[in-house]
Amino acid sequence: MIGAGVLQGMAVTMRNFVGSYFEKDRLTTVQYPEERSPLPENYRNFPFLVYDNDPEAGLRCVACKICEKECPPQCILIVKSEDKKPDYMGKPQFYPRVFDIDISVCMSCQICVEVCPFEAIKMDKVFELSRRERFDALLMQKDELAKSNEYYHGIHPTEAAGVDANLAAAAAKKKPA
Amino acid sequence: MSTTGFDELAEAPPPMTSRLEGELLEISMGPQHPSTHGVFRMNVALEGEVVRKLKPVFGYLHRNHEKIGENTSYLGSMPYTDRLDYFCSMTNNWAYALSVETLAGIEVPERAEYLRVILAELTRLQNHTSLLGFLLSDMGAWGTPLMYAFREREKILDLFESLSGSRMMCDYMRFGGCRVDAAPDWMERAKKVVADFPRFLDEFEKLIVSNEILIARTQEVGKLSAELAVNAGITGPMLRASGVNYDLRKVDGYGFYPRFKFRVPLGDHGDCYDRLMMRVLELRESLAILKQAFAQVQPGPVMNPKVKIRAFKPPAGEAYGRIEGPKGELGFYLISDGSANPYRYRVRPPSFINLTVLEDLCLGHTVADVMVILGSIDIVMGEVDR
Repeated sequence: MIGAGVLQGMAVTMRNFVGSYFEKDRLTTVQYPEERSPLPENYRNFPFLVYDNDPEAGLRCVACKICEKECPPQCILIVKSEDKKPDYMGKPQFYPRVFDIDISVCMSCQICVEVCPFEAIKMDKVFELSRRERFDALLMQKDELAKSNEYYHGIHPTEAAGVDANLAAAAAKKKPA
Repeated sequence: MSTTGFDELAEAPPPMTSRLEGELLEISMGPQHPSTHGVFRMNVALEGEVVRKLKPVFGYLHRNHEKIGENTSYLGSMPYTDRLDYFCSMTNNWAYALSVETLAGIEVPERAEYLRVILAELTRLQNHTSLLGFLLSDMGAWGTPLMYAFREREKILDLFESLSGSRMMCDYMRFGGCRVDAAPDWMERAKKVVADFPRFLDEFEKLIVSNEILIARTQEVGKLSAELAVNAGITGPMLRASGVNYDLRKVDGYGFYPRFKFRVPLGDHGDCYDRLMMRVLELRESLAILKQAFAQVQPGPVMNPKVKIRAFKPPAGEAYGRIEGPKGELGFYLISDGSANPYRYRVRPPSFINLTVLEDLCLGHTVADVMVILGSIDIVMGEVDR
Protein backbone atom coordinates (compact mmCIF):
# COMPACT_ATOMS: atom_id res chain seq x y z
CA MET A 1 0.00 0.00 0.00
CA ILE A 2 1.35 3.37 -0.97
CA GLY A 3 2.09 5.43 2.10
CA ALA A 4 2.59 2.50 4.45
CA GLY A 5 6.33 3.14 4.55
CA VAL A 6 5.79 6.79 5.41
CA LEU A 7 3.37 5.86 8.18
CA GLN A 8 5.83 3.34 9.55
CA GLY A 9 8.44 6.08 9.68
CA MET A 10 6.00 8.39 11.42
CA ALA A 11 5.42 5.71 14.05
CA VAL A 12 9.17 5.65 14.74
CA THR A 13 9.23 9.42 15.10
CA MET A 14 6.26 9.26 17.44
CA ARG A 15 7.90 6.58 19.55
CA ASN A 16 11.03 8.71 19.84
CA PHE A 17 9.04 11.80 20.69
CA VAL A 18 6.99 10.14 23.41
CA GLY A 19 9.98 8.12 24.56
CA SER A 20 12.01 11.27 25.08
CA TYR A 21 9.80 12.02 28.10
CA PHE A 22 10.40 8.64 29.72
CA GLU A 23 13.67 7.14 28.53
CA LYS A 24 17.00 8.70 29.38
CA ASP A 25 18.75 7.42 26.28
CA ARG A 26 16.22 8.99 23.93
CA LEU A 27 16.74 12.46 25.33
CA THR A 28 20.42 13.10 25.58
CA THR A 29 20.67 16.88 25.31
CA VAL A 30 22.05 18.91 28.19
CA GLN A 31 21.24 22.59 28.75
CA TYR A 32 24.87 23.57 28.62
CA PRO A 33 25.77 26.60 30.72
CA GLU A 34 23.46 25.53 33.54
CA GLU A 35 23.86 21.78 33.26
CA ARG A 36 27.14 20.14 32.41
CA SER A 37 27.93 16.59 31.50
CA PRO A 38 31.02 15.41 33.38
CA LEU A 39 34.29 15.35 31.48
CA PRO A 40 35.97 11.97 31.20
CA GLU A 41 39.18 11.59 33.14
CA ASN A 42 41.31 11.32 30.02
CA TYR A 43 39.94 14.51 28.52
CA ARG A 44 42.66 16.82 27.27
CA ASN A 45 42.82 20.17 25.63
CA PHE A 46 45.77 22.43 26.38
CA PRO A 47 49.11 21.84 28.09
CA PHE A 48 50.26 23.28 31.41
CA LEU A 49 53.46 23.08 33.43
CA VAL A 50 53.59 21.08 36.64
CA TYR A 51 55.38 22.43 39.70
CA ASP A 52 56.01 20.96 43.13
CA ASN A 53 55.52 23.25 46.13
CA ASP A 54 56.64 26.57 44.64
CA PRO A 55 55.35 27.96 41.31
CA GLU A 56 58.67 29.59 40.42
CA ALA A 57 61.38 27.39 41.93
CA GLY A 58 59.44 24.14 41.85
CA LEU A 59 58.87 23.94 38.09
CA ARG A 60 59.87 20.53 36.84
CA CYS A 61 60.79 21.93 33.43
CA VAL A 62 64.53 22.06 32.80
CA ALA A 63 64.27 23.89 29.45
CA CYS A 64 65.54 20.94 27.41
CA LYS A 65 63.45 22.23 24.48
CA ILE A 66 62.36 18.77 23.34
CA CYS A 67 58.69 19.73 23.36
CA GLU A 68 59.47 22.92 21.47
CA LYS A 69 61.19 20.87 18.80
CA GLU A 70 58.55 18.14 18.58
CA CYS A 71 55.45 20.35 18.71
CA PRO A 72 53.79 19.86 15.29
CA PRO A 73 52.27 23.36 14.96
CA GLN A 74 55.28 24.89 16.77
CA CYS A 75 53.32 26.82 19.35
CA ILE A 76 55.88 26.55 22.17
CA LEU A 77 58.66 29.07 22.76
CA ILE A 78 61.32 28.35 25.37
CA VAL A 79 64.26 30.56 26.31
CA LYS A 80 66.77 28.68 28.39
CA SER A 81 68.35 30.29 31.43
CA GLU A 82 72.08 30.96 31.55
CA ASP A 83 72.50 30.01 35.19
CA LYS A 84 71.45 26.89 37.04
CA LYS A 85 69.12 26.77 39.97
CA PRO A 86 68.51 23.85 42.30
CA ASP A 87 65.38 22.04 41.19
CA TYR A 88 62.76 20.41 43.41
CA MET A 89 65.15 17.57 44.17
CA GLY A 90 68.03 19.91 45.02
CA LYS A 91 70.01 19.19 41.88
CA PRO A 92 71.26 22.26 39.95
CA GLN A 93 69.42 22.49 36.63
CA PHE A 94 68.70 24.98 33.92
CA TYR A 95 65.23 26.46 34.00
CA PRO A 96 63.05 28.15 31.38
CA ARG A 97 63.51 31.92 31.51
CA VAL A 98 60.61 32.21 29.07
CA PHE A 99 58.06 29.49 28.47
CA ASP A 100 55.21 30.57 26.18
CA ILE A 101 52.49 28.46 24.65
CA ASP A 102 50.26 30.08 22.09
CA ILE A 103 47.14 28.07 22.75
CA SER A 104 45.36 29.65 19.81
CA VAL A 105 47.83 27.68 17.68
CA CYS A 106 48.00 24.57 19.86
CA MET A 107 46.07 21.64 18.42
CA SER A 108 45.83 19.59 21.63
CA CYS A 109 47.73 16.63 20.27
CA GLN A 110 49.62 16.04 23.54
CA ILE A 111 52.84 15.14 21.78
CA CYS A 112 54.65 17.52 24.17
CA VAL A 113 53.39 15.39 27.07
CA GLU A 114 54.53 12.19 25.43
CA VAL A 115 58.03 13.36 24.62
CA CYS A 116 58.76 15.16 27.91
CA PRO A 117 61.33 13.10 29.84
CA PHE A 118 60.80 15.05 33.08
CA GLU A 119 57.00 14.74 33.48
CA ALA A 120 56.96 18.52 33.47
CA ILE A 121 54.20 19.26 30.97
CA LYS A 122 50.72 17.78 31.18
CA MET A 123 47.33 18.32 29.58
CA ASP A 124 44.77 20.55 31.23
CA LYS A 125 41.00 20.26 31.17
CA VAL A 126 39.99 23.92 31.07
CA PHE A 127 37.97 24.68 27.98
CA GLU A 128 36.06 27.93 28.51
CA LEU A 129 38.90 30.10 27.29
CA SER A 130 37.37 32.62 24.92
CA ARG A 131 38.88 36.08 25.13
CA ARG A 132 37.79 39.50 23.94
CA GLU A 133 41.27 40.67 22.95
CA ARG A 134 42.49 39.92 19.48
CA PHE A 135 46.17 39.27 19.81
CA ASP A 136 48.10 38.00 22.79
CA ALA A 137 45.38 37.07 25.29
CA LEU A 138 45.74 33.42 24.39
CA LEU A 139 49.51 33.51 24.52
CA MET A 140 50.01 31.79 27.85
CA GLN A 141 53.16 32.74 29.72
CA LYS A 142 55.11 30.78 32.27
CA ASP A 143 53.24 32.11 35.32
CA GLU A 144 49.83 31.31 33.80
CA LEU A 145 50.94 27.88 32.69
CA ALA A 146 52.41 26.82 36.01
CA LYS A 147 49.98 24.71 37.99
CA SER A 148 50.60 22.61 41.05
CA ASN A 149 50.99 18.87 41.22
CA GLU A 150 47.90 18.78 43.46
CA TYR A 151 45.91 20.38 40.64
CA TYR A 152 47.25 17.69 38.30
CA HIS A 153 46.15 15.03 40.77
CA GLY A 154 42.73 16.66 40.86
CA ILE A 155 42.14 16.45 37.11
CA HIS A 156 43.89 13.21 36.11
CA PRO A 157 44.07 11.13 39.33
CA THR A 158 45.07 7.78 37.79
CA GLU A 159 47.67 9.21 35.45
CA ALA A 160 49.14 11.49 38.16
CA ALA A 161 49.50 8.61 40.60
CA GLY A 162 51.46 6.69 37.98
CA VAL A 163 53.68 9.70 37.30
CA ASP A 164 54.40 10.19 41.01
CA ALA A 165 55.31 6.52 41.36
CA ASN A 166 57.70 6.79 38.39
CA LEU A 167 59.35 9.90 39.78
CA ALA A 168 59.72 8.35 43.22
CA ALA A 169 61.27 5.24 41.68
CA ALA A 170 63.72 7.36 39.67
CA ALA A 171 64.65 9.36 42.79
CA ALA A 172 65.17 6.18 44.82
CA LYS A 173 67.45 4.82 42.11
CA LYS A 174 69.62 7.93 42.13
CA LYS A 175 69.94 8.26 45.91
CA PRO A 176 72.49 5.48 46.63
CA ALA A 177 74.88 6.66 43.93
CA MET B 1 -7.46 35.43 -21.24
CA SER B 2 -8.95 36.41 -17.92
CA THR B 3 -9.71 33.13 -16.15
CA THR B 4 -7.75 30.48 -17.96
CA GLY B 5 -8.60 26.82 -17.55
CA PHE B 6 -5.92 24.20 -18.05
CA ASP B 7 -7.06 23.38 -21.58
CA GLU B 8 -6.75 26.96 -22.69
CA LEU B 9 -3.30 27.20 -21.13
CA ALA B 10 -2.10 24.27 -23.16
CA GLU B 11 -3.18 25.97 -26.35
CA ALA B 12 -1.89 29.38 -25.35
CA PRO B 13 1.21 30.66 -27.17
CA PRO B 14 4.43 29.71 -25.42
CA PRO B 15 5.61 32.17 -22.77
CA MET B 16 8.41 34.63 -23.39
CA THR B 17 11.14 32.49 -21.89
CA SER B 18 10.77 29.89 -24.60
CA ARG B 19 13.24 31.72 -26.81
CA LEU B 20 15.90 30.32 -24.52
CA GLU B 21 14.84 26.84 -25.59
CA GLY B 22 17.86 24.61 -26.01
CA GLU B 23 20.21 27.03 -24.30
CA LEU B 24 21.97 26.05 -21.12
CA LEU B 25 21.73 27.95 -17.89
CA GLU B 26 24.96 27.93 -15.98
CA ILE B 27 24.71 28.20 -12.24
CA SER B 28 27.22 27.89 -9.48
CA MET B 29 26.12 25.71 -6.58
CA GLY B 30 28.06 26.34 -3.42
CA PRO B 31 30.58 26.84 -1.94
CA GLN B 32 28.30 27.79 0.94
CA HIS B 33 25.50 25.43 0.09
CA PRO B 34 24.02 23.58 3.07
CA SER B 35 24.09 20.21 1.29
CA THR B 36 27.59 20.34 -0.12
CA HIS B 37 29.10 18.84 3.03
CA GLY B 38 31.66 21.58 3.40
CA VAL B 39 33.07 24.25 1.14
CA PHE B 40 32.53 22.66 -2.23
CA ARG B 41 31.32 24.25 -5.44
CA MET B 42 29.76 22.77 -8.54
CA ASN B 43 29.44 24.66 -11.79
CA VAL B 44 26.33 23.16 -13.28
CA ALA B 45 24.93 23.73 -16.77
CA LEU B 46 21.20 23.16 -16.73
CA GLU B 47 18.65 22.65 -19.41
CA GLY B 48 15.46 23.44 -17.58
CA GLU B 49 16.03 21.47 -14.44
CA VAL B 50 18.13 18.75 -15.99
CA VAL B 51 21.89 18.68 -15.52
CA ARG B 52 23.79 18.68 -18.80
CA LYS B 53 27.26 19.48 -17.53
CA LEU B 54 28.77 19.50 -14.08
CA LYS B 55 32.18 20.64 -13.03
CA PRO B 56 33.23 20.19 -9.42
CA VAL B 57 35.41 22.98 -8.05
CA PHE B 58 37.32 22.30 -4.88
CA GLY B 59 40.38 23.41 -3.02
CA TYR B 60 38.70 25.86 -0.67
CA LEU B 61 39.85 23.85 2.31
CA HIS B 62 43.36 23.16 1.06
CA ARG B 63 45.76 23.17 4.00
CA ASN B 64 48.96 21.89 2.48
CA HIS B 65 48.69 18.62 4.34
CA GLU B 66 51.26 16.73 2.29
CA LYS B 67 53.86 19.49 2.38
CA ILE B 68 53.39 19.85 6.13
CA GLY B 69 53.89 16.11 6.40
CA GLU B 70 57.21 16.42 4.58
CA ASN B 71 58.38 19.09 6.99
CA THR B 72 57.42 17.50 10.30
CA SER B 73 58.73 14.41 12.00
CA TYR B 74 57.01 11.06 11.54
CA LEU B 75 55.38 11.47 14.92
CA GLY B 76 54.32 15.04 14.18
CA SER B 77 52.26 13.99 11.17
CA MET B 78 50.04 11.76 13.27
CA PRO B 79 47.83 14.52 14.75
CA TYR B 80 47.56 16.10 11.30
CA THR B 81 46.08 12.89 9.91
CA ASP B 82 43.16 13.34 12.32
CA ARG B 83 42.25 16.44 10.40
CA LEU B 84 42.00 14.76 7.01
CA ASP B 85 38.67 13.08 7.35
CA TYR B 86 37.52 14.53 10.62
CA PHE B 87 34.76 11.97 11.02
CA CYS B 88 37.16 9.05 11.05
CA SER B 89 40.34 10.10 12.82
CA MET B 90 40.92 6.58 14.16
CA THR B 91 41.07 4.98 10.72
CA ASN B 92 43.27 7.82 9.44
CA ASN B 93 45.66 7.19 12.31
CA TRP B 94 45.68 3.51 11.55
CA ALA B 95 46.43 3.96 7.86
CA TYR B 96 49.32 6.29 8.63
CA ALA B 97 50.64 4.07 11.40
CA LEU B 98 50.40 1.08 9.09
CA SER B 99 52.46 2.75 6.37
CA VAL B 100 55.17 3.82 8.85
CA GLU B 101 55.17 0.30 10.28
CA THR B 102 55.59 -1.13 6.78
CA LEU B 103 58.38 1.35 6.11
CA ALA B 104 60.34 0.55 9.24
CA GLY B 105 59.25 -3.07 9.72
CA ILE B 106 57.69 -2.55 13.15
CA GLU B 107 55.77 -5.28 14.92
CA VAL B 108 52.55 -4.38 16.70
CA PRO B 109 51.50 -6.14 19.91
CA GLU B 110 48.43 -8.34 19.78
CA ARG B 111 46.24 -6.25 22.06
CA ALA B 112 47.03 -3.11 20.09
CA GLU B 113 45.89 -4.80 16.89
CA TYR B 114 42.63 -5.78 18.52
CA LEU B 115 42.13 -2.27 19.86
CA ARG B 116 42.74 -0.93 16.38
CA VAL B 117 40.13 -3.23 14.89
CA ILE B 118 37.65 -2.27 17.60
CA LEU B 119 38.25 1.43 17.12
CA ALA B 120 38.19 1.22 13.33
CA GLU B 121 34.87 -0.59 13.40
CA LEU B 122 33.45 1.88 15.91
CA THR B 123 34.59 4.62 13.54
CA ARG B 124 32.81 2.86 10.71
CA LEU B 125 29.67 2.71 12.83
CA GLN B 126 29.67 6.40 13.57
CA ASN B 127 30.68 7.43 10.05
CA HIS B 128 27.97 5.40 8.35
CA THR B 129 25.39 6.45 10.93
CA SER B 130 26.05 10.13 10.43
CA LEU B 131 26.20 9.63 6.66
CA LEU B 132 22.70 8.14 6.69
CA GLY B 133 21.50 11.13 8.67
CA PHE B 134 23.13 13.62 6.32
CA LEU B 135 21.85 11.84 3.25
CA LEU B 136 18.29 12.00 4.50
CA SER B 137 18.82 15.60 5.43
CA ASP B 138 19.93 16.26 1.83
CA MET B 139 16.70 14.69 0.62
CA GLY B 140 14.65 17.10 2.66
CA ALA B 141 14.04 15.04 5.78
CA TRP B 142 15.31 17.97 7.78
CA GLY B 143 16.58 17.35 11.21
CA THR B 144 14.85 14.29 12.55
CA PRO B 145 16.88 11.41 11.07
CA LEU B 146 20.07 13.43 11.45
CA MET B 147 19.34 14.01 15.13
CA TYR B 148 18.66 10.32 15.69
CA ALA B 149 21.90 9.48 13.91
CA PHE B 150 23.88 12.03 15.88
CA ARG B 151 22.40 10.79 19.13
CA GLU B 152 23.88 7.35 18.43
CA ARG B 153 27.11 8.77 17.08
CA GLU B 154 27.52 10.71 20.31
CA LYS B 155 27.71 7.49 22.32
CA ILE B 156 30.63 6.32 20.20
CA LEU B 157 32.32 9.72 20.40
CA ASP B 158 32.01 9.54 24.18
CA LEU B 159 33.89 6.25 24.04
CA PHE B 160 36.60 7.87 21.95
CA GLU B 161 36.79 10.77 24.33
CA SER B 162 37.20 8.67 27.43
CA LEU B 163 39.84 6.54 25.73
CA SER B 164 41.91 9.07 23.82
CA GLY B 165 40.97 12.38 25.42
CA SER B 166 39.30 13.91 22.40
CA ARG B 167 36.05 13.26 20.65
CA MET B 168 37.09 13.77 17.08
CA MET B 169 40.81 14.57 16.95
CA CYS B 170 41.74 11.37 18.73
CA ASP B 171 45.45 11.14 17.82
CA TYR B 172 45.37 7.73 19.45
CA MET B 173 47.47 5.34 17.43
CA ARG B 174 51.22 5.36 17.18
CA PHE B 175 53.53 3.38 14.98
CA GLY B 176 54.20 0.30 17.07
CA GLY B 177 50.87 0.21 18.87
CA CYS B 178 48.43 2.53 20.57
CA ARG B 179 49.12 5.41 22.91
CA VAL B 180 47.25 4.31 26.02
CA ASP B 181 45.58 1.09 27.04
CA ALA B 182 41.83 0.75 27.29
CA ALA B 183 40.70 0.21 30.87
CA PRO B 184 38.43 -2.77 31.62
CA ASP B 185 35.49 -0.48 32.33
CA TRP B 186 36.00 1.15 28.95
CA MET B 187 35.65 -2.27 27.34
CA GLU B 188 32.44 -2.86 29.27
CA ARG B 189 31.03 0.46 28.11
CA ALA B 190 32.00 -0.25 24.52
CA LYS B 191 30.35 -3.66 24.72
CA LYS B 192 27.19 -2.03 25.97
CA VAL B 193 27.18 0.55 23.16
CA VAL B 194 27.63 -2.21 20.61
CA ALA B 195 24.93 -4.35 22.21
CA ASP B 196 22.48 -1.43 22.17
CA PHE B 197 23.25 -0.41 18.63
CA PRO B 198 20.98 -2.90 16.79
CA ARG B 199 17.96 -1.38 18.49
CA PHE B 200 18.74 1.95 16.87
CA LEU B 201 19.54 0.32 13.57
CA ASP B 202 16.25 -1.58 13.42
CA GLU B 203 14.40 1.59 14.25
CA PHE B 204 16.33 3.58 11.69
CA GLU B 205 15.67 0.99 9.01
CA LYS B 206 11.96 1.19 9.77
CA LEU B 207 12.19 4.94 9.48
CA ILE B 208 13.76 4.98 6.05
CA VAL B 209 13.91 1.74 4.15
CA SER B 210 10.35 1.34 2.97
CA ASN B 211 9.55 5.04 2.83
CA GLU B 212 8.02 5.67 -0.58
CA ILE B 213 9.44 9.15 -0.89
CA LEU B 214 12.94 7.91 -0.17
CA ILE B 215 12.55 5.11 -2.69
CA ALA B 216 11.32 7.53 -5.33
CA ARG B 217 14.24 9.83 -4.66
CA THR B 218 17.00 7.23 -4.66
CA GLN B 219 16.14 4.23 -6.81
CA GLU B 220 17.46 4.51 -10.38
CA VAL B 221 19.14 7.78 -9.47
CA GLY B 222 22.87 8.20 -10.04
CA LYS B 223 23.60 4.75 -11.38
CA LEU B 224 27.25 3.79 -11.40
CA SER B 225 28.20 0.86 -13.56
CA ALA B 226 30.75 -1.64 -12.33
CA GLU B 227 33.04 -0.91 -15.31
CA LEU B 228 33.10 2.82 -14.68
CA ALA B 229 33.57 2.29 -10.96
CA VAL B 230 36.59 0.06 -11.49
CA ASN B 231 38.08 2.29 -14.20
CA ALA B 232 37.71 5.42 -12.11
CA GLY B 233 39.35 3.82 -9.10
CA ILE B 234 36.28 4.02 -6.90
CA THR B 235 36.65 2.12 -3.64
CA GLY B 236 34.70 1.42 -0.53
CA PRO B 237 30.93 1.07 -0.10
CA MET B 238 30.37 2.96 -3.35
CA LEU B 239 32.26 0.36 -5.37
CA ARG B 240 30.56 -2.52 -3.60
CA ALA B 241 27.15 -0.96 -4.24
CA SER B 242 27.94 -1.39 -7.92
CA GLY B 243 28.45 -5.09 -7.35
CA VAL B 244 32.25 -5.34 -7.31
CA ASN B 245 33.48 -7.53 -4.50
CA TYR B 246 36.51 -5.64 -3.31
CA ASP B 247 37.04 -5.05 0.37
CA LEU B 248 40.58 -4.47 1.59
CA ARG B 249 39.74 -6.14 4.87
CA LYS B 250 39.38 -9.34 2.85
CA VAL B 251 41.86 -8.59 0.03
CA ASP B 252 44.81 -7.37 2.13
CA GLY B 253 43.80 -9.00 5.39
CA TYR B 254 45.64 -6.30 7.33
CA GLY B 255 45.37 -6.10 11.10
CA PHE B 256 43.57 -9.11 12.49
CA TYR B 257 40.68 -9.06 10.02
CA PRO B 258 41.36 -12.61 8.76
CA ARG B 259 40.52 -13.81 12.29
CA PHE B 260 36.96 -12.50 12.10
CA LYS B 261 33.99 -13.92 10.29
CA PHE B 262 32.09 -11.28 8.38
CA ARG B 263 30.41 -10.93 5.03
CA VAL B 264 30.92 -8.25 2.40
CA PRO B 265 27.55 -6.88 1.30
CA LEU B 266 27.20 -6.21 -2.43
CA GLY B 267 24.68 -4.14 -4.32
CA ASP B 268 23.43 -4.93 -7.80
CA HIS B 269 22.12 -1.66 -9.23
CA GLY B 270 24.74 0.84 -8.18
CA ASP B 271 22.15 3.54 -7.63
CA CYS B 272 21.74 5.81 -4.63
CA TYR B 273 19.42 3.38 -2.89
CA ASP B 274 22.02 0.63 -3.11
CA ARG B 275 24.68 2.95 -1.80
CA LEU B 276 22.45 3.88 1.11
CA MET B 277 21.53 0.29 1.93
CA MET B 278 25.18 -0.70 1.59
CA ARG B 279 25.90 1.44 4.63
CA VAL B 280 23.09 -0.11 6.62
CA LEU B 281 24.32 -3.62 5.80
CA GLU B 282 27.92 -2.71 6.57
CA LEU B 283 26.83 -1.44 9.95
CA ARG B 284 25.46 -4.90 10.72
CA GLU B 285 28.71 -6.55 9.64
CA SER B 286 30.74 -4.09 11.71
CA LEU B 287 28.67 -5.03 14.73
CA ALA B 288 29.46 -8.70 14.07
CA ILE B 289 33.20 -7.93 13.87
CA LEU B 290 33.04 -5.90 17.08
CA LYS B 291 31.32 -8.70 18.98
CA GLN B 292 34.02 -11.16 17.91
CA ALA B 293 36.79 -8.71 18.72
CA PHE B 294 35.43 -8.13 22.24
CA ALA B 295 35.34 -11.88 22.77
CA GLN B 296 38.91 -12.41 21.53
CA VAL B 297 40.82 -9.47 22.97
CA GLN B 298 43.27 -10.37 25.74
CA PRO B 299 45.16 -8.14 28.17
CA GLY B 300 48.71 -7.33 27.22
CA PRO B 301 51.00 -4.50 26.20
CA VAL B 302 49.67 -2.00 23.67
CA MET B 303 52.97 -0.51 22.56
CA ASN B 304 56.01 -2.15 21.06
CA PRO B 305 58.73 -1.20 23.58
CA LYS B 306 61.48 -1.18 20.95
CA VAL B 307 59.95 1.72 19.05
CA LYS B 308 61.42 5.11 19.79
CA ILE B 309 58.65 7.57 19.08
CA ARG B 310 60.82 10.64 19.46
CA ALA B 311 63.55 11.26 16.87
CA PHE B 312 62.20 8.34 14.88
CA LYS B 313 64.28 7.64 11.80
CA PRO B 314 63.16 4.80 9.54
CA PRO B 315 65.59 3.26 7.04
CA ALA B 316 65.62 4.70 3.53
CA GLY B 317 62.97 3.20 1.32
CA GLU B 318 59.36 3.54 0.44
CA ALA B 319 56.13 2.06 1.69
CA TYR B 320 52.44 2.20 0.96
CA GLY B 321 50.04 1.36 3.75
CA ARG B 322 46.36 1.13 3.02
CA ILE B 323 43.27 0.21 4.93
CA GLU B 324 39.59 -0.07 4.22
CA GLY B 325 38.38 3.19 5.66
CA PRO B 326 34.68 3.85 6.07
CA LYS B 327 34.77 5.82 2.81
CA GLY B 328 37.05 3.59 0.80
CA GLU B 329 40.70 2.76 0.37
CA LEU B 330 42.71 5.15 2.48
CA GLY B 331 46.40 4.93 1.76
CA PHE B 332 49.55 6.72 2.80
CA TYR B 333 52.59 6.56 0.57
CA LEU B 334 55.85 7.43 2.22
CA ILE B 335 59.33 7.77 0.79
CA SER B 336 62.07 7.95 3.37
CA ASP B 337 65.62 9.08 2.76
CA GLY B 338 66.68 7.97 6.21
CA SER B 339 66.22 11.36 7.84
CA ALA B 340 63.72 12.39 10.49
CA ASN B 341 61.21 13.74 7.96
CA PRO B 342 59.63 11.82 5.10
CA TYR B 343 61.05 12.77 1.72
CA ARG B 344 57.65 12.38 0.14
CA TYR B 345 54.35 12.01 1.90
CA ARG B 346 51.30 11.30 -0.19
CA VAL B 347 47.74 10.58 0.85
CA ARG B 348 45.36 8.57 -1.26
CA PRO B 349 42.07 10.00 -0.08
CA PRO B 350 39.02 7.86 -0.82
CA SER B 351 36.51 10.69 -0.90
CA PHE B 352 38.52 12.70 -3.43
CA ILE B 353 38.80 9.81 -5.84
CA ASN B 354 35.18 8.79 -5.35
CA LEU B 355 34.17 12.36 -6.15
CA THR B 356 35.72 12.18 -9.63
CA VAL B 357 32.71 10.35 -11.06
CA LEU B 358 30.26 12.98 -9.83
CA GLU B 359 29.58 14.34 -13.32
CA ASP B 360 28.95 10.89 -14.80
CA LEU B 361 26.46 10.14 -12.06
CA CYS B 362 24.60 13.44 -12.30
CA LEU B 363 24.14 13.84 -16.07
CA GLY B 364 20.48 13.64 -17.02
CA HIS B 365 19.23 14.02 -13.48
CA THR B 366 17.60 17.05 -11.95
CA VAL B 367 19.23 19.56 -9.62
CA ALA B 368 17.48 18.05 -6.62
CA ASP B 369 19.03 14.68 -7.46
CA VAL B 370 22.53 16.18 -7.55
CA MET B 371 22.31 16.72 -3.81
CA VAL B 372 21.25 13.14 -3.20
CA ILE B 373 24.00 11.77 -5.44
CA LEU B 374 26.62 13.94 -3.76
CA GLY B 375 25.38 12.84 -0.36
CA SER B 376 25.49 9.17 -1.32
CA ILE B 377 29.14 9.45 -2.39
CA ASP B 378 30.04 10.32 1.20
CA ILE B 379 32.68 13.00 1.01
CA VAL B 380 34.40 15.03 3.67
CA MET B 381 36.01 18.17 2.34
CA GLY B 382 38.88 17.97 4.79
CA GLU B 383 40.01 14.88 2.97
CA VAL B 384 39.14 16.01 -0.57
CA ASP B 385 41.13 19.22 -0.37
CA ARG B 386 43.74 18.21 2.20
